[in-house]
Amino acid sequence: MLKRNGTKNIALLITLILIFFQSNLYTKAIKVGSNHKVKTITAALLFAVNGDTLLIASGIYKEGPIAIRKSITIVGINNPIISGDGKYEIFLVEANNVKITGLVFREAGLNYIKDNAAIKLNNVKNCVISSNKFENNFFGIYLAKSQNCIIDGNIISANHKKETQSGNGIHLWYCKNIIIKNNTIRGHRDGIYMEFVRNSNIHNNFAEKNIRYGLHFMFSDSCSYSNNHFQINGAGAAVMYSHNVEMKNNRFEKNWGSASYGLLLKDIYDSKISNNIFYKNSCGIYFEGCNRITFTKNDLIENGWAVRLMSNSMENKFSENNFISNSFDIATNSTKNYNYFDGNHWSEYKGYDLNKDGIGDVPFRPVKLFSFISERIRPSLILIRSLFIEIVNIAETVFPTFTPEALLDNNPKMKRI
Amino acid sequence: MNILAKIIRYQIHDISRSMWLIIYTLFFLLTSYGLISFSNNIPKVLVSLMNITLIIIPMVSIIFGTIYLYNNKDYVVLMLSQPIKRTVLYFGLYLGLVIPLAFSFVIGISIPLILSGKNWLEHIAVIVYLFTSGVFQTIIFVSIAFLISIVNENRILGLGLSIFIWLCFAVLYDGMLLLIIEFFQDYPLEKMLIGFLFFNPIDLARILIILKLDVAALMGYTGAVFQKFFNTEWGIILSLSSLTIWSIVPLLIGKSKFLKKDF
Repeated sequence: MLKRNGTKNIALLITLILIFFQSNLYTKAIKVGSNHKVKTITAALLFAVNGDTLLIASGIYKEGPIAIRKSITIVGINNPIISGDGKYEIFLVEANNVKITGLVFREAGLNYIKDNAAIKLNNVKNCVISSNKFENNFFGIYLAKSQNCIIDGNIISANHKKETQSGNGIHLWYCKNIIIKNNTIRGHRDGIYMEFVRNSNIHNNFAEKNIRYGLHFMFSDSCSYSNNHFQINGAGAAVMYSHNVEMKNNRFEKNWGSASYGLLLKDIYDSKISNNIFYKNSCGIYFEGCNRITFTKNDLIENGWAVRLMSNSMENKFSENNFISNSFDIATNSTKNYNYFDGNHWSEYKGYDLNKDGIGDVPFRPVKLFSFISERIRPSLILIRSLFIEIVNIAETVFPTFTPEALLDNNPKMKRI
Repeated sequence: MNILAKIIRYQIHDISRSMWLIIYTLFFLLTSYGLISFSNNIPKVLVSLMNITLIIIPMVSIIFGTIYLYNNKDYVVLMLSQPIKRTVLYFGLYLGLVIPLAFSFVIGISIPLILSGKNWLEHIAVIVYLFTSGVFQTIIFVSIAFLISIVNENRILGLGLSIFIWLCFAVLYDGMLLLIIEFFQDYPLEKMLIGFLFFNPIDLARILIILKLDVAALMGYTGAVFQKFFNTEWGIILSLSSLTIWSIVPLLIGKSKFLKKDF
């Protein structure tokens, strides 16, 4: 009797456990669409529980702002369009473990107070936003105070005309451990914008034709940027006030204009910039207040200025870079030099190599007198390509008097590295 | 008019046989051919061609022009004994030199450019500016050369003076500009600098071409002010008329001296 009762109890316990687990492991999928029982996303969200999947059928959904406060997965089937109608924010995510994929977001409305975004993640963890399309939104993806999220393979585009009427493609504020990869961003104010972000990884993104910067970050320490491609952005890429930044294998190109930079660095410390390509920027890379940066194995090709080095930048190391066909290789406003140049290749180098070890026997002085003068007095650039300037440059190379005497490369490489 | 054409034809015949003109044409042919075949980057080639155009053409025109008139003194005296107006003779000599010089410049640069088969049509604006300014440099510096050699009876002095004047326009003027820029750097200089450019045909041509190239972006604010001025109709009209004045004024002064000169 007692034994039978025990088995019953165990059977009951197992059933209970199964029921308990079922609600967690075997979650239900809710189909949303005009042909299904649930017509709107808002309705589906009402009776969805944590772990459910919303399958959104194709169609256009205009439901005003939608808040997601449950840990669910939202999957778009055949690119359903979710519109903010030019007025609202579209998705506001306030739960952890939310996954959003395969949707098309359109026209999140312009709002200066609320910073309307197509998807805003507010104070969440472990969310994934992947393979979505964003068209003409104010902000694209906006992350605030979030951690461990992944933003992968989204295509974000807008055709805003004015900087003030446009938000950023991907915007991060106070975030940690975020991965941003394989995204394409066009026509926003800044392609990727980060402020107060830690330990994040940004790779394989493509930012093009944004109104201001392709990449813009401030106060974001210990982040790494690799294999990204930034081109034809209004002012290139600008990074400021950060430590331990790593930039590798990126391509900065065709940022051409009187206030454009391939990469603008302001107050960046202890960072590594290597194997990047700077091609056809009016200023390849600009250093202001930057200390202890290792700048190696980069290619600087056909820029106006390859490097502009302000006098408040110290102990930066430039080695094994290729400086090829730039109008000015290095420009500086300082008469002293506190940076190191060693073993770079300079296409302007006119020295010789008698012992054939691949290293030129005469040191190279990358700062020409004219680049020095024009850095101090910008209007003097109207004399560019004048015969007088060529003569003066040659005279200065032979007997340096104005340009920083210590700024030289003692081991210039004869061949491209 | 008939006589003018005859004189021009004779002069062109005469010059075409001289070593100078052949070397001059060959120089342009070879340098532009070399530049084009070494580089795929047409804007870069055009910048180099601009440098050559703005240094070599004024130099050759002014030196060759001076020597030309000195060498033709016997011919001038002979012609003056005939019933020919002095004005006609003067313009005949002038055009007889300017036409072959300008022609050999245009031929020397355009043939390699066309034969290269590269997409030079994309940069047609720069090329038009390049040819226009090259031809203007020839016209201007030959007129200055004529003025010099008519005023100075002494060959050595005349030649020295023309080299010095070339040096002034090509080099010293820019040095002076740099000093002015340095000295008044705290003031907005842009408008003044635009004014200064009109007093030197070489600088004016250089800026006109550079503003058509993408180097202009390096000039920042100054460049923007210049773009704004030189890309309007007024800017183009003003620069063209300035170049025209530079060609006509020395020529006319030279003519009046030539009319009164006792050979």
